[in-house]
Amino acid sequence: MDSTVTTGTDENVWGGGNQPLGASYGKLMMWFFIVSDALTFSGFLAAYGFSRFKFIETWPVADQVFTHVPFIHGNFPMYYVAFMTFVLIMSSVTMVLAVDAGHKMMKNKAILYMFLTIIGGAIFVGSQAWEWATFIKGDYGAIETKGGRILQFVKADTGERAALADFAKTLPGERVAQENKDGVWFYGEGSLPSYSLNEVTEGFRANPNILIRTEMITEDGEKTLLTREESLAKIKDGKLVVEGANLVRNEYGSRLFADFFFFITGFHGFHVFSGVVINIIIFFNIILGTYERRGHYEMVEKVGLYWHFVDLVWVFVFTFFYLV
Amino acid sequence: MSHEHKLEIFRGLLKFKSNTQKIWGVLIFLTIVTTVEVALGITKPHILVTTTIIGMKLLNWIFIILTLVKAYYIAWDFMHLRDEKSSLRRAIVWTPIFLVSYLIFILLFEADYIYNVFKDGFVTWNF
Repeated sequence: MDSTVTTGTDENVWGGGNQPLGASYGKLMMWFFIVSDALTFSGFLAAYGFSRFKFIETWPVADQVFTHVPFIHGNFPMYYVAFMTFVLIMSSVTMVLAVDAGHKMMKNKAILYMFLTIIGGAIFVGSQAWEWATFIKGDYGAIETKGGRILQFVKADTGERAALADFAKTLPGERVAQENKDGVWFYGEGSLPSYSLNEVTEGFRANPNILIRTEMITEDGEKTLLTREESLAKIKDGKLVVEGANLVRNEYGSRLFADFFFFITGFHGFHVFSGVVINIIIFFNIILGTYERRGHYEMVEKVGLYWHFVDLVWVFVFTFFYLV
Repeated sequence: MSHEHKLEIFRGLLKFKSNTQKIWGVLIFLTIVTTVEVALGITKPHILVTTTIIGMKLLNWIFIILTLVKAYYIAWDFMHLRDEKSSLRRAIVWTPIFLVSYLIFILLFEADYIYNVFKDGFVTWNF
């Protein structure tokens, strides 16, 4: 193991100029930032773990939530996130290669690899935006009970999820969204869901093929499916129609799941975004020959550390949001 | 910055000729680990889901351990902690490990207590 003790007699320890840790000032400061940022992310993920253990029996199952791949219809749990993970690891690799090229003072290679890193980061941020949009839009719709629990619908014969549109009745004489002009103190309301609670309930009663799935997780790790009789009793608890997810309501289950999803992946996405911006700055600096004149490419290495850190965080976010 | 790289991974089991080659080697390893994770996540083998160790499914333990393995190789080879002085490496690695383990222990213990209050206490929440 390398020793860190500086014993040179000609060296003044506090006079500057020596590096006990063998790393430059800038690199050490980057590590300071990374360690503190790692602690911030750990705080978020630990808080997520807290809420999850609190509602361990009713937490949403990730591969029933994230089931979409762009441009393709059907049920593909996890494939797209796996792709995103791979893109980010790949862009991490091109970043190391850029750092390596920088060490060898190969300008053109460093430019190429920085460019590929930026492209990888952009694909990742774009994918995350798509993932958010899909999550916010929702796919099947659900009913929220008086106690704030979510009831989802399943077709009894195939076991597939049933969308509200599959069975809800269209009843005449529905109310329209209220607007600001309807009352002096009224500021308007959010968009109404596609179906009213009454339409969903009546449609459910009329269609014997639809069963209710509750949030409760069985021993096999699946959500509990009620029988038709239990479902008919349970639908009476319904209070709201929920479509999609936001910070207040969430058709996938526990609303804390959506809150943490937006907060943690959003915070990570912001890191990726800033990483891409910084990478672009470095990219142009390399093209302009700044580091060639400076005599070393340490700046690429420092930014590389940040970029790898973003990848490192994603590995944990991926595990705790999509796998576990 | 012309320090030399340590070119061995898996405790010397695998030696690479150049730094570039090592990077690609680590990428292949990380890709394999991610593929295994996703495959396990999609198939969810029954035995791994039903077995629990210290209050958590065996499958989840596998995911967490594989994640830490990936984190190790990202930090050691991509962030080249392997090439840094051991004092710097230890300062960077052990500080978060110590603080985060403490935080996780406290929070998860407390969360489990609240779960039991919801479950056994006189609180109605599922209606």
